[in-house]
Amino acid sequence: MSGAGGIPIQARGLVKRYGHVTAVDDVDLTVGAGDVYGYLGPNGAGKTTSLRMLLGLIRPDEGTAKLFGRDPLAEGVRALDGVAGFVEAPRFYPYLTGRRNLELVAALDGDGAAGRIGEALDTVELADRARDRVGGYSHGMRQRLGIAGALLRAPKLLLLDEPTTGLDPGGMRDMRRLIRRLADQGLTVLLSSHLMGEVEELCDRVAIVRTGRVVYEGSLPELLASTAGRYELRTTDDVRAAEVAAERPGVTDVRFSGGGLTLSAGEPVVAELSIALAEAGVGIAALVPRTATLEELFFRMTEGEPPAVNGRVPEGVAR
Amino acid sequence: MSAHAVSAPKLRVRRPGVATVYRWELRKLLAQKRTFLGLGAAVVVPAIFVVALLADSSGNPEEVPFGNLVRESGLAIPLVCLTFGSIWLIPLITALVAGDIVATEDQNGTLKTILTRSVERWHVFAGKALAALSYAVLGLSMFVGTALLLGGLAFGFDPVTLLSGTTVSVGRGLALIGAGTLAYLLPVIGITAIALLLSTVTRNSAAAVVGTLMASIFMQVLGALSALDWLDPYLLTTQFNAWQGLLRDPADWDPVIRAAWVSAGWTVPALLAALTSFVRRDVTGG
Repeated sequence: MSGAGGIPIQARGLVKRYGHVTAVDDVDLTVGAGDVYGYLGPNGAGKTTSLRMLLGLIRPDEGTAKLFGRDPLAEGVRALDGVAGFVEAPRFYPYLTGRRNLELVAALDGDGAAGRIGEALDTVELADRARDRVGGYSHGMRQRLGIAGALLRAPKLLLLDEPTTGLDPGGMRDMRRLIRRLADQGLTVLLSSHLMGEVEELCDRVAIVRTGRVVYEGSLPELLASTAGRYELRTTDDVRAAEVAAERPGVTDVRFSGGGLTLSAGEPVVAELSIALAEAGVGIAALVPRTATLEELFFRMTEGEPPAVNGRVPEGVAR
Repeated sequence: MSAHAVSAPKLRVRRPGVATVYRWELRKLLAQKRTFLGLGAAVVVPAIFVVALLADSSGNPEEVPFGNLVRESGLAIPLVCLTFGSIWLIPLITALVAGDIVATEDQNGTLKTILTRSVERWHVFAGKALAALSYAVLGLSMFVGTALLLGGLAFGFDPVTLLSGTTVSVGRGLALIGAGTLAYLLPVIGITAIALLLSTVTRNSAAAVVGTLMASIFMQVLGALSALDWLDPYLLTTQFNAWQGLLRDPADWDPVIRAAWVSAGWTVPALLAALTSFVRRDVTGG
């Protein structure tokens, strides 16, 4: 549907295989206008491969990806009009200056891109180093030059693949501020990252990927709120406490964690549980409500946690 | 789940094309030292040949066309150099850029930078192919030009005797050298296409440059085997001798015509295969 209105990113059933390895496995992604969308997963989860498919650099084995309703596979670079970004580290010609590199990519963009070079250099604070060869740039400067190159296209959608990777803390802070500023200007941003703090700070929606599959896709605040009703329990006898909790109606997902237990239950059930523990001769040292961080949720989804007790204490766990 | 849709960004009315890519490919070549290695060799090798002739006044390269005339007219020098150059120098100069022009961008990751802009992939390929060919033409021109200039200075810009025994004026001799160089360009275009194919398919600059040179030498070896005489007319490297047909009076166009279609027979499939690979490939380098 060229030229028609569209959702910035809509991918359905994306699959990419390399030999026996399925790098991206049936991935659906929907990024709405104005979203700052976190694409979160450990290294090797298939984030970069997904971005490459979105940008038309590689062909999916199955599925479709559309940017504003245009399929890069069918429409080539026409599908990238209004779209910019980079996968892995942005690459430039080391023997050319920063400005010369931008002149080159602007020439390949046309449409007045060359007239935006000065503004883009100012935005990423590289104007004073623009006449130096890129071969002498630091990693952070190259990342910023990558953003400048993307801005030349006056994009509505920005795809950034781990833009803060390899930067020092100051560089990471500056890069996040820059992305925030661009998002505030109305750009839709897809940010691939394995840094939880970064996603939590910048994004309002997330997809969490594990071994090529999306294990969560939706609102970040909703994801964080979904862990409400979880409690941390420390007692004089955690094994006995786990048995009592697991037998209690309304108590679910009892796990040994960090020298105590965690469990899910409503407030009235927790009150009943505290009485039941006392009657069982188990002293309560602490019983506190706990909201999971994105990091905990991420590891739970991408690596798994110790198994739930389910009424029976597994031997050798949480000793 | 719902996502906000917006009006899609307007499609660009005018997109940069082959000319823009070509212009920037030339600028990139000019900014790289490697570019000047090949051009330097195109100047230095004929210079060494002339110096060697001046240093040893007793011997001539009798075994090659015009080799017995090098001390009679400077115009014979570029013609002798054309024969020597076909062995490895001209294929090497050609491969230095054509073998590198795609592979190095793949290796360094800059291919993904330029393929995510607004230029169609086939435009990028065409611009690169033209730039590689331009470099080969420039290298060959500098090779012949240097040989002519130094040969003339060393041995005089005198009338030259053609392979048919006719002696022609300096003006006619220069015109024939120009025509011979154009005929020599036909297999050079074929070598360029092979180098581009290897550059695109191997994604490795060194492999493509060395592979092109090896392919050229391998064809020359095949051409030297008497058991494979039937194959010789169809080898690309054999066409490096076609120019000699023009250095006769009257000119023998048969080898030139053969060089044209044999070279096309190598060039067109190689270019099509390279283009197909380039347009359809997964870009994962860098």
